[in-house]
Amino acid sequence: MKTFLTIATIVTVLGSSASLVTSQSNAARPRAHKAAIASARPTLPSMPRFRFENFTTANGLPDNHVYSVLVDGDRVWAGTDNGLGLYENGKWRSFTAKDGLAHRAVLSLALDKRTGDVWAGTMGGLSRISGGRIDTFTQLNSGLSNDVVYGVSVEGEHVWVATAAGACMLDLHSNQWSLFNERNTPMIEIWVYGVSATPTKVYYAVWGSGILEYDQQKKIWDKYEDPDGETEMVLFKDQGLIHEITTSVSYVEKDKILWAATYFGNSRYDGRYWHNFLTKDSGLPSNFTNVVKGVDANRAWFGTDKGLAYYDGANWSVYRPSLTTHQPEMTVRDAKGSVTSIPVTTAPAHNYILGIDFQGSDIWVATAEGLSHGIHQP
Amino acid sequence: MSRAPHFATGGRARIVVTAIFACSLGIWLWTGRTVRASSATGRTGENLEYASPVEVLFSPDGARLYVLCQQSAQVRVLDAKTYAEIKRIEVGRVPRGFSLSPSADRLFVTNSWDDTLSVIDTRSLRVTATWMVGAEPSSVVEDRAGKHLFVANRISNDVAVLDAQTGSEEKRLAAGRGASYITPSPDGSRLYVTHVYPNPTTHRTAPQSEITVIDTARAVVAERIPMPNVAHGFHMAFSTDGRLGVAAGLHPKNLVPLAHLEHGGAFADTLTLFGADVGKPVEVPLDNLEQYAVRPFGVAITPDKSRIFVTCGGSEMVTVIDVPRLLRYVRTHSGPYVQDLSASANYVVMRINVGHDPRGVAFTRNGTQLFVANRLEDSISVVDTRTNRVASTIPLAGPRKLSVLRHGEQTFYTAKYSFQGQIGCASCHIDSTFDGLQWDLEPDGFGRDIVDNRPIEAVKDTEPYKWNGGNPNLPTECGPRTEKYFWRAENYDDLTLTDLVVYVRSLPPRPNRWQLPGGELTATQDRGKTLFERSVDKFGNPIPEQNRCVHCHSGPKGTDQKSFDVGTKKATDNSGLLDTPQLTNIAITGPYLHDGSAQTLEQIWTIFNPEDKHGRTNDLTKDELNDLIEYLRTR
Repeated sequence: MKTFLTIATIVTVLGSSASLVTSQSNAARPRAHKAAIASARPTLPSMPRFRFENFTTANGLPDNHVYSVLVDGDRVWAGTDNGLGLYENGKWRSFTAKDGLAHRAVLSLALDKRTGDVWAGTMGGLSRISGGRIDTFTQLNSGLSNDVVYGVSVEGEHVWVATAAGACMLDLHSNQWSLFNERNTPMIEIWVYGVSATPTKVYYAVWGSGILEYDQQKKIWDKYEDPDGETEMVLFKDQGLIHEITTSVSYVEKDKILWAATYFGNSRYDGRYWHNFLTKDSGLPSNFTNVVKGVDANRAWFGTDKGLAYYDGANWSVYRPSLTTHQPEMTVRDAKGSVTSIPVTTAPAHNYILGIDFQGSDIWVATAEGLSHGIHQP
Repeated sequence: MSRAPHFATGGRARIVVTAIFACSLGIWLWTGRTVRASSATGRTGENLEYASPVEVLFSPDGARLYVLCQQSAQVRVLDAKTYAEIKRIEVGRVPRGFSLSPSADRLFVTNSWDDTLSVIDTRSLRVTATWMVGAEPSSVVEDRAGKHLFVANRISNDVAVLDAQTGSEEKRLAAGRGASYITPSPDGSRLYVTHVYPNPTTHRTAPQSEITVIDTARAVVAERIPMPNVAHGFHMAFSTDGRLGVAAGLHPKNLVPLAHLEHGGAFADTLTLFGADVGKPVEVPLDNLEQYAVRPFGVAITPDKSRIFVTCGGSEMVTVIDVPRLLRYVRTHSGPYVQDLSASANYVVMRINVGHDPRGVAFTRNGTQLFVANRLEDSISVVDTRTNRVASTIPLAGPRKLSVLRHGEQTFYTAKYSFQGQIGCASCHIDSTFDGLQWDLEPDGFGRDIVDNRPIEAVKDTEPYKWNGGNPNLPTECGPRTEKYFWRAENYDDLTLTDLVVYVRSLPPRPNRWQLPGGELTATQDRGKTLFERSVDKFGNPIPEQNRCVHCHSGPKGTDQKSFDVGTKKATDNSGLLDTPQLTNIAITGPYLHDGSAQTLEQIWTIFNPEDKHGRTNDLTKDELNDLIEYLRTR
């Protein structure tokens, strides 16, 4: 099973496609059905609605396979399979390896809000884009632990990095690298997929090793694992992290809430209690989740292989091209499980969602077939 | 009281005299010539404390002239009319830059060897605060809103943004390598930062520096103006209308053999022009076929935008440029201009001789006089900008005698000994350090033995010199070799060579920024030290003595002064046997290896040590290699 998942993950990251989406059909389907739709109640939860504008190579996007998206004020960065795109003043500009980018495939992006520098994790190292100059850090020319950089997060003067061979941190003050792996943390696997850094806590999603937590004040590590071990069974609901195969973490510091995504469902942790989300007991469109972005203690966005999902603490909404007709689709699932279909004319470019970021009340979504701008509709 | 480092220790006269004797003996042994005692020249072996003015500026009302004195570590406040000294204000070690707050109530001084900023109250003329900043702070500017101070840090390659009232550091902006001089645009909305070392580029490609442009209000890097082919940038200036910016720079010609000094083949001394007046940035030469403007440093544009004045440290002069003619030239001629030694005749209208190593400049309020700080002469030249002549010279208080060290330093910084006065030691050893470049020197054959320029701080007692260890001592390194292959002109007399060598031997190491107080090591550094000193690899196999880091890099300076083949010989190298370089401040002196092919310390072992000939390292994990490097940074 682990071998299968490993291969699936590689394929997923290197370039997902519609065929891959089909291959994941063993995941539980949402409980939406015609009968439920027909019985939609007048007290429909108020969920955000968007008009999606989709960008592809036809509009100037460097590539349609978009791994990551980052909003920087009026600018939007898109990490694609063939370069880094910058959308500014209605036009796309591309950065490639010729411009100094570490590698064409940009897996992750982070903004240093203090300096305006953008950090790009690629398949060939970590790049900093600063005032138009690109500086590249690799495992050969720097202390970076590995060139495959799945995740990056900037907090203060520290750049926290998730790589295929451990986690690490660059201190921008001293230029010193600190490496975190099985030798100095509770990490068992060293395939680190995602990172979320805040002034108090840093969380790493470690593929096969749950979640690693670093307490910035106490300078100590802790870890959270699936109490069931590496299985897809859930013996007791909400007993802990839903699965070891974590893909993304998002820590909402102001509320001290951790959101975690796995390939087998998602979890929310408030420091004491866990709450898990599975397709069978929530409005999540798929357990196979690539990315989670917490908004606050109750609200979060999920990027799955079957669409974009939003949870407001009680209700769910899903945005995607229909899995059957490929027509734009939005569904709302209320707290009682009733699903209502909302007529929409636009949807994200693809169901396979890899990245999410926000621009005011708008949302930007990285998908396997383009970048989508969800323009909030009042 | 702090003093500039190479004169820092009192009572060193005996050491200097001993060094003179040793150098003289060395020269005699090498040349077979008799060397006279230096006392015959009247130069003294005493350890004299000179002022060494590097920057000047006027108070807004024009009543005071502030002079930043690097060696005496002072700001001297002069009456701008009488030039009488009003006050001496002690600051930190090796102050390098200063500026007034927009309200002129505070004077900020960057102390480059203390990593501090002195805040001086201009009413009381006292230091009211000393704030920690980055590594080797070199200039400082406060924004007009009084919100932030911006400090260019030469070694940490960044610009620190401080709270202007408390001095607390808010962030650091990534600048270029060797960030040193900050110049505000006339409206204050942008800050322009120049750099004394080139940014990393692919091995054996043209060097490149940049002007980092900072959005002052947002305190972020707005853009970077590339300076292709320029390795070292110095001061900048703007016209008052903001349409013309000029940056002084050094354009090395290091990709071709250094064998064509007679064709201007070593450096171009240039200005980079940018702004609305010129469109895209252009680089124009200051050199003329028979008169070079070596090491342009300070720049000023007259308020009426008629002329640009540029101090040229190595040529000991101020170059005067006619701005309309300059603009007409660049608009009517297509570039590049730098290789054209006849170009400057179109816009350089005067070359004014001033003192030794002229540096910073300042206009009087009406622009009719330009004040020039002559660093190695302890004087200020006052240039009448209407006549382009030196109207007077203001001597700064201090020793009137010339010491051996001071004469040696003058010799190091002047270009007068080279053919047509084209280059000097300081052209490659920027501020007595290094240049981050690789050169193809003639003695080994054209295209052979490309060598990285090794740093010279703490170079004393690390002989032999050159990467092939071919020069047994500094008199040989600095004397016949330099005269023959670099200067191609006037030889030093024995005493001048002695003084030069004494100066070079006196150069101390810059403070190491990775060392903890008391010589303690962090856990990481300590692990690295263990690896550095180990004699058994991770598999329990003994490491042959010559393959242990600590064997070759032994002693206080990290060299056993012997040559080894560490497997880095290139096809263009005549030999793989290379002198073991000292490790002094190795963290900041990249690139590495004899030909500079390793951009970073990591690359020495991740790329250039496949057979473990440069120490046994291929058994190390990545974190262990990082530990080793963190230890090396403390050396």
